[in-house]
Amino acid sequence: MSTNRHTVSALVEDRPGVLNRVSSLFRRRGFNIESLAVGTTEEPGISRMTIVVEGPPSIADQVQKQLDKLIDVVTVETLNEDESVVRELALIKVACRPDQRREILDVVDIFRGSVVDVSTTTVIIQLTAAADTLNALIENLRPYGIREMVRTGRIALARGPRTTATHQHETEEERRFHQEIGRLPEGELPFSSK
Amino acid sequence: MVMMSGADILLESLKRLGVDTIFGYPGGAVLPLYDRFPAHPEIHHVLVRHEQAAGHAADGYARASGRLGVALATSGPGATNLVTAITNAQMDSVPTLFITGNVIRALIGRDGFQEADITGITMPTVKHNYLVMQAQDIARTIAEAAYLATTGRKGAVHVDIPKDVFIEQAEFEWPEHVSVRGYRIPGKADAESVREAAAIINAAERPVIFAGHGIIQADAAEELRRFAERGGIPILNTLLGLGGIPQDHALSYGMMGMHGSYWANHTASAADVIIALGMRMDDRAMGRFADMNPTAKIVHVDIDPAEHGKNLFTLCPVVGDVKHVLPQLTDAIEKRSHVEWIRWIDTLRSEHRHSMMVPPGNELTTQFAVSKIAEFAGHEAIFTTGVGQHQMWAAQFMDISRPRQFITSGGLGTMGFEVPAAMGAQAACRDRQVWTICGDGGFQMTFQEIATMVDERLPVKMAIMNNGFLGMVRQWQELFHNDNYVSVAMSQPDFVKIAEAYGIRGIRVSDQSQVEDAIREAAADPGPVILDFQVTTEENVWPMVPSGAALKETIEGPQRVTR
Ligand SMILES: Cc1ncc(C[n+]2csc(CCOP(=O)(O)OP(=O)(O)O)c2C)c(N)n1
Ligand SMILES: [Mg+2]
Repeated sequence: MSTNRHTVSALVEDRPGVLNRVSSLFRRRGFNIESLAVGTTEEPGISRMTIVVEGPPSIADQVQKQLDKLIDVVTVETLNEDESVVRELALIKVACRPDQRREILDVVDIFRGSVVDVSTTTVIIQLTAAADTLNALIENLRPYGIREMVRTGRIALARGPRTTATHQHETEEERRFHQEIGRLPEGELPFSSK
Repeated sequence: MVMMSGADILLESLKRLGVDTIFGYPGGAVLPLYDRFPAHPEIHHVLVRHEQAAGHAADGYARASGRLGVALATSGPGATNLVTAITNAQMDSVPTLFITGNVIRALIGRDGFQEADITGITMPTVKHNYLVMQAQDIARTIAEAAYLATTGRKGAVHVDIPKDVFIEQAEFEWPEHVSVRGYRIPGKADAESVREAAAIINAAERPVIFAGHGIIQADAAEELRRFAERGGIPILNTLLGLGGIPQDHALSYGMMGMHGSYWANHTASAADVIIALGMRMDDRAMGRFADMNPTAKIVHVDIDPAEHGKNLFTLCPVVGDVKHVLPQLTDAIEKRSHVEWIRWIDTLRSEHRHSMMVPPGNELTTQFAVSKIAEFAGHEAIFTTGVGQHQMWAAQFMDISRPRQFITSGGLGTMGFEVPAAMGAQAACRDRQVWTICGDGGFQMTFQEIATMVDERLPVKMAIMNNGFLGMVRQWQELFHNDNYVSVAMSQPDFVKIAEAYGIRGIRVSDQSQVEDAIREAAADPGPVILDFQVTTEENVWPMVPSGAALKETIEGPQRVTR
């Protein structure tokens, strides 16, 4: 069943200000962002933003369409959780005396996390997993005392060979029609002179 | 290889786009650009008296002509003065290009003299904006900006250029083709949604069309008429949709919305199928969303898919340009006449016509004044308005029947729009008569532009509806705040003397009997004219849908509700 949480994936132009445009849009329209993660992609000049929003399905629809209106957003899709791989990474610094290390490592092993830093009073645990798994680990670590923590926010990709749809250009037929009725074909400049 | 300065590249690019007029105001950051204007005589720079007016003039220019309107300002205060005009143009989807200078690149971000983060400020109110950091990017950016402003859902695009980029030398390379990945211009609708829409329309017993600004922006009035005539479907207009169909067309039933007619609002509420065309379901047009005819099936044709389902549930969203989609739909629907439905509306109209009449009697009312102006100026004239009561009466009584005949600030509702918008419209259409219907409040926000009109020989006729009040606010205080008038009464200057001060004709009209002569005299004068119509002071605009009420709760007037 659809929760009230939607994962929106957007390919955006890697330009100054693009994050500002997106966050400004969310603020202005009152969309509730739960997390937002940005990173590079296989294509130079294009970044992927994974945005988790809360709200009814009608909000997800608006989020997608309003994002799509931004010129710097190349394509957007709302990912279906069942058909996507969704992950999040957390670093958790837990209070840990040397005599507690064994016990904490056992917990971390169960979740297939790893310890990436150790001091006499703390350890840092790293886990990449779905959000629910992360939450479960955090609950198990809470009794030891969580000193600080950071999560990346969710990132996601559709399962299987499908990729985020790329821009579709005007068909030849559309182009002819545009010309027939005196409209600008795509890419043509307005009242362009030689 | 042609090397040029950034300033020359900018002006050369604008020429390539066919821009012949720029409304602007100079300052430090744009000095290198102004320096080059004399070398490009094909572009006429209109020196305004306030940057906001430059923006509204570009807006009026674009609405009157359908072409790109261009405004220019310096950095800091010049740029921030443009913000209202930018927002206004974007809200009403008007194809406009706003160019600002900024401090030199090395000073950006250091709070230098007259630095404003203007691209940050305009970001949420534009279709798109650019900060150009190299002269070699200017041509491509201007081409792209104009392309975005004038295509798809049109809008305001802003380009900010640091001072030293105007001076920097670069190669001039004009892109013959623009490609913006991530930007798609909807044209025809896909066959499936056309079929679906046609099936809904064919099954309708009481269909109605809501025709919006999109019809005018897309030059689709003819397509609208053919579609409506084939389907036998009555047409209601939004405020900005006025002119999309002649008022005297058999299927035209006038304006809907907060100050729409009783019959239009009840027709909207009683229909079983609503065909919304190029309109965005604005609350002023729709009344309370939840009760705007919840049982009707809505077919919504819009070029901007984000408008589908934004405010109202849309059963059948159709993405496309009305210019393309209407012929598709016309081909797909059956010929109908809906005799009973139309008879029902006609009866309603004849029963309620009284609430949309110029008040009888010999007092000088705004309703009387604007209907006389419309009668004398005719459909070939262009009318602009400010915001308030006079705007609504102009919409109700000026018999708007031609696309681009009526220019008004709908989305943002900007007082002070009237005079500079008329100036821009007149600059675009020098052979048409341009009348601006002004509020006495709104006029005083931007009338400094009379000086520009005198310089530029733009003979705009300014008809001030002088009611001594911020009338629309006074109406709300009377109706919804128990007559508690706070800060709405204004003492007025002598408007005829203002005319004299600018060296133009000023005419005072205080009686109905003077109206026709005054209009004739103004029309015959070769220059701008101020007409000070001393109208009744505490008149209210009826009918009215109180804010938050549903369209079917239209009130026809205090003296008429109990009829
Ligand atoms: C810039 C701006 N400020 C305030 C308002 C709020 N407002 C809406 S109508 C109105 C009164 C307009 O008065 P006037 O121009 O005299 O027109 P009238 O209603 O009297 O015809 C006001 C203040 C506005 N729309 N725009
Ligand atoms: Mg007034």
